[in-house]
Amino acid sequence: MFEQIIITIATAATPLLIAALGELVVERSGVLNLGVEGMMVMGAVSGFAVALTTGSPWLGVLAAIVVGALFSLLFGFLTLTLVTNQVATGLALTLLGIGLSGMIGESFVGQPGVKLGAIYIPYLTDIPLVGRLFFGQDPIFYLSILLTFGVAWFLFKTRAGLTLRSVGDNHTSAHALGINVIGIRYLAVMFGGACAGLAGGFLSLVYTPQWIENMSAGRGWIALALVVFASWRPWRVLAGAYLFGAVSIGQLHAQALGIGIPSQLLSSLPYLATIVVLVLISRNRRLTLINTPASLGRPFVPDR
Amino acid sequence: MRVELVKRPQHSALFSALSPFIALGLTLVAGAIMFSLLGKNPFDALYYYFIDPLTGIWDPGNRWQLHELAIKAAPLILIAVGLSVCYLSNNWNIGAEGQFIAGAMAGSIIPVMFPGFQSWIVLPLMLILGMAGGAAYAAVPAFFKVRFNTNEILTSLMLVYVAQLFNDWLVRGIWRNPEGMSFPGTIRFSEYAILPQIWPEAGRAHYGFVFALVAAVLVWFMLSKMLKGFEVKVLGQSPRAGRFAGFSSGRMVFFVFMLSGALAGLAGISEVAGPIEHLNEKISIGYGFTAIIVAFLGRLNPLGIVAAGLILALTYLGGESAQIAIGVSDKAVRAFQGMLLFFVLACDTLIHYRVRIVGATAKAEGAAQNV
Repeated sequence: MFEQIIITIATAATPLLIAALGELVVERSGVLNLGVEGMMVMGAVSGFAVALTTGSPWLGVLAAIVVGALFSLLFGFLTLTLVTNQVATGLALTLLGIGLSGMIGESFVGQPGVKLGAIYIPYLTDIPLVGRLFFGQDPIFYLSILLTFGVAWFLFKTRAGLTLRSVGDNHTSAHALGINVIGIRYLAVMFGGACAGLAGGFLSLVYTPQWIENMSAGRGWIALALVVFASWRPWRVLAGAYLFGAVSIGQLHAQALGIGIPSQLLSSLPYLATIVVLVLISRNRRLTLINTPASLGRPFVPDR
Repeated sequence: MRVELVKRPQHSALFSALSPFIALGLTLVAGAIMFSLLGKNPFDALYYYFIDPLTGIWDPGNRWQLHELAIKAAPLILIAVGLSVCYLSNNWNIGAEGQFIAGAMAGSIIPVMFPGFQSWIVLPLMLILGMAGGAAYAAVPAFFKVRFNTNEILTSLMLVYVAQLFNDWLVRGIWRNPEGMSFPGTIRFSEYAILPQIWPEAGRAHYGFVFALVAAVLVWFMLSKMLKGFEVKVLGQSPRAGRFAGFSSGRMVFFVFMLSGALAGLAGISEVAGPIEHLNEKISIGYGFTAIIVAFLGRLNPLGIVAAGLILALTYLGGESAQIAIGVSDKAVRAFQGMLLFFVLACDTLIHYRVRIVGATAKAEGAAQNV
């Protein structure tokens, strides 16, 4: 029972974790992409469609990643090359993604999907209490943990990560040092897109293997909030994602138990929790000031 | 080959006026491509999207369609006018959808909870309550932003989901019409609680459209002729300069959020008291989000927003007629609207920058000239 609850929390937390890690890298490079929700639904619908037509969930996962990255390029071209307002362009990406995915997915509504199954390792998975937790989940769960390690290592232990952070903290100085600011930001935006796409693919291939219009249901926005909550630190994103996973699973259990609180009010708990957490974090101005990338959201036009 | 931007010494007045039209043109081209990919004749599709709903202009038999256009445009214009003030002051309220619903719920209190109270004063009270509800709901992210420095984009958006769920609970729970079979929704409002139609013989358009026009003119006057409007723009473009001028950015946050919230709330109660005549779980077809597109297409100018609101309203109607006539999915509307915003933002670059496509040879020439 206990193991089961932890596993469902992990399933709820994984898409949030992956999308938030991607956005963390984007924001560390100084770009604010509010289009996470749109890239996520595009990943969800393309992953579902490819898995259904080819019968292979792995091709679905791949399609979700590729479509997420390609879709983010739209945002990249506008904000980085044409220097449009990042907030407005990110919103546009979300609106376009929700619209396009609804259109693409219309013929898939109600069709049973292809599920990416959990792994099974003989003996290890059968260990009582912890076997399924550590050795019997879906492959993307393990990927999400690896990704946390990878992003933390890349940002704080490699030269490339230092370069990326310098671009996010002061793009003018980075440019003066001969760093290709726009190029690095393009790569960061595409990484964020790929992660959001993968998170979407997780929703339509693992979480609920079917296509429901607008199925990301605000998770992209919660991922954005997680990045602020984590004050741009990968390991805190992991903690935050599991906290939110626990809140959303907790409210589902409460609904199932029928404790007399209307289901709609319980369903709004994750959103309310996001607001509360954001308020608590942002109260501490020193903490946010230290970690916020200083060039976040500021447009950059190289002077020649 | 790459794209290079050269900053203009002054922003281009020509492109300020032209950019929305270029964006519309590009959206039509992209839309035509999208429809041909869907296997439809693009010219038929565009006809049903943009011409068919307007046939009422010359054909009195179709005049009702113009009324439907006004019904769809009213909430879009009302909300977008408020949002334009927010965005000009660099405050990102993207939760207008929630404020719309909050206004609809607050305004419905009298006709739902006191159905016996029937007097001419009911309707004005409802409209005031609707505005107050929207403004109060918008004051929440404003308070968090001013007091705790919390990002208003995320909080205002989260409150949309909360409002939707709360409304869903109301109309399925304590406010549900006991005689409504199994449909969620409140009782039908009494005649004193219904927003009258402007010209009932011709169509359903109600006074919400008049509110929208009045709001657009008033806000335009404030932005261009009053000190408050100047304050909005100064604080939006340079908060530091604004502080030196003695303007309070904290008060400004409350002002713009509550103004846009009140207008969104007015749109919400007008929708409920107008065409719908009761509160239900699907009162909005995404007006709060589409209004963001309207605000940008109107270049954050209230008078431009009136035109932009009519155009976006046309896509809603066109989506319906294209679905009936040639079977294009109604989902295409939102994709269309999203594309439009992309093109609008991209074209706005032309106002401040000259765009040059630089090839390898052109670059060599440029280098030669610089010597």
